[in-house]
Amino acid sequence: MDLSVINPILLIAALMSAATPILLAATGELVVERAGVLNLGVEGMMILGAICGFAIAVETGSPLTGFIAAALGGAVLSLLFAFLTQITLANQVASGLALTLFGLGLSALLGQGYVGIKPPRMADFNFGPLADIPVIGPILFSHDPILYFGLLLVAMVWAVLKFTRAGLVLRAVGENHDAAHALGYKVVRIRTLAIMFGGACAGMGGAYISLIRVPQWTEGMTAGVGWIALALVVFASWKPWRVLLGAYLFGGITQLQLNLQGAGVAIPVEYLAMSPYVITIIVLVVLSADKSAAPGSLGRTFHASH
Amino acid sequence: MKIKTLLASAAVALGLAAGAYADGHEKTKVGFVFVGPIGDGGWTYEHNKGRLAVEEALGDAVETVYVENVAEGPDSERVMTQMALDGADLIFTTSFGYMDPTINIAAKFPDVKFEHATGYKRSDNVSTYSARFYEGRAIQGHIAGKMTKSNIIGYIASYPIPEVIRGINAAYIHAAKVNPDVEFKIIWAYTWFDPAKEADAARALIEQGADVVLQHTDSTAPQAAAQEAGNVVTFGQASDMGQYAPFPRVSSIIDDWAPYYIARTQAVIDGTWESTDTWDGIGAGMVAIGEISDAVPADVKEEALAMKAAIADGSYHPFTGPLKKQDGSDWLADGEVADDGTLAGMNFYVEGLTGEIPQ
Repeated sequence: MDLSVINPILLIAALMSAATPILLAATGELVVERAGVLNLGVEGMMILGAICGFAIAVETGSPLTGFIAAALGGAVLSLLFAFLTQITLANQVASGLALTLFGLGLSALLGQGYVGIKPPRMADFNFGPLADIPVIGPILFSHDPILYFGLLLVAMVWAVLKFTRAGLVLRAVGENHDAAHALGYKVVRIRTLAIMFGGACAGMGGAYISLIRVPQWTEGMTAGVGWIALALVVFASWKPWRVLLGAYLFGGITQLQLNLQGAGVAIPVEYLAMSPYVITIIVLVVLSADKSAAPGSLGRTFHASH
Repeated sequence: MKIKTLLASAAVALGLAAGAYADGHEKTKVGFVFVGPIGDGGWTYEHNKGRLAVEEALGDAVETVYVENVAEGPDSERVMTQMALDGADLIFTTSFGYMDPTINIAAKFPDVKFEHATGYKRSDNVSTYSARFYEGRAIQGHIAGKMTKSNIIGYIASYPIPEVIRGINAAYIHAAKVNPDVEFKIIWAYTWFDPAKEADAARALIEQGADVVLQHTDSTAPQAAAQEAGNVVTFGQASDMGQYAPFPRVSSIIDDWAPYYIARTQAVIDGTWESTDTWDGIGAGMVAIGEISDAVPADVKEEALAMKAAIADGSYHPFTGPLKKQDGSDWLADGEVADDGTLAGMNFYVEGLTGEIPQ
């Protein structure tokens, strides 16, 4: 056992990168759930975003265009979910699961011609001399733009939900859609927009895996990250900054256990691997005492005539 | 009256179904259960190539079906049952974790033949087959030991099962033989296929000083991570992964299942199929060594090819004594060769490896 081989600076930098796909997807899902919709299709939208972003980045040579395409791809797929649950009033859980399965299959089909191709690399954001500061430089100022975008997104979602009229309306729709409807807010329209926002975020999270973290395309490459993002929203009790904390915790534990193994520490891997889920369960138990945590109309279908 | 009509039509429908069943049964139907997607570029990709080779070689006489991304464990029983009910005559289950499910389902369908890859449990209608990947690992270890400058070799392992442990031992023995200072850092990923995790594992190893990364997982993600790092050597696993040649991928172990799959399918067609245990290596062609690229110095390449030839003609066995176990106890005396039984159930590291095998 030799812990000195683990460089904490590199570990934290790797952790931030590992957490970004979960962070993006979970932030999107948080907005969806705050609007009262439970979309279990995060995994499907992520994997579709991963291939859309990858394909467009390869074809155009621009990773940034790829990320925009990934957001569009995720949003378009989420429209299917919005149609099923908001127009035809289908069950949200079943529709979400169907969306995941559909996304996995569709992405495999779209990705046929992209196996084994190397995507264009997104350059790290240039902070100039800031990146040369010891310790802080490599941790804070040596990442790709999308990682910073993820952080910015959390701050924006937090500010919008807390301080703006639009955020208040969104939360009102999520807490009690009948009351919001009675006040004249367009519940279905607001929810559809929220679902599309969630889809776009999940798509970008998927593209972060295929364009930056791995970077390559393989079928099923999101490998369950979407489910972690779903758990994370609950873990964060629907609060944006806690999503950030949770994403770093979840991403960090994976990085830490890989590094500890490399250093020869004999902690059974299973404990570390299951710890994010154990923490989520504990948080759920704690939260169950506080019924106000979950949006009141979460998962319930809305129709103006009811 | 109504019930009678219903029963009658049900009987007719059943008769039709049985007729269709008999009709569809003229072709020999071969099913494949895959652990990853066929586009993984590694393990499952090669098994699927074997499946396509069966179709090509036997043409109209066969029909193949496959299910990909089947989780190891109970869910695979459902997939196998469905295949057997759909009239498969021969089913290949292509991952270690399908072992018990294969035995269970085979007992329920005595007329269907099963072939389980890399396992050790057989029955009247279950054969096992595997390749001696460790022969390729020995050659990789030799090249890795010669190529490393930091003397740290990273190893991304999947699950602590004999097949993987054999690979680690074979690679370590031959790396240490040419470079006594070499150290192996082993990360257990607990997955066969998870590109993001494999890439993370590769990066963690590289950050800890490894300049050669060996992998026993199925995706090409570690290759991409090594390419990004710039000065790290890798080897293709299960498939050539030639898109990363000539560097970082300097060579590879390729599994060639096609001849075996064709032969076994032909045996079912001819009615000569019997439960067997096949374990072939470089000599029989089940394990191939991908081209050693120019990034490897010429003399090292020559030595590696010489070892390959010696293993192929049987004059050299990768596990030849004197060898000790990790705890220092004797395993093989000078010149003694490991027997297949010990290899098949290998659950210990050889002397020099650090760390413990997770239980």
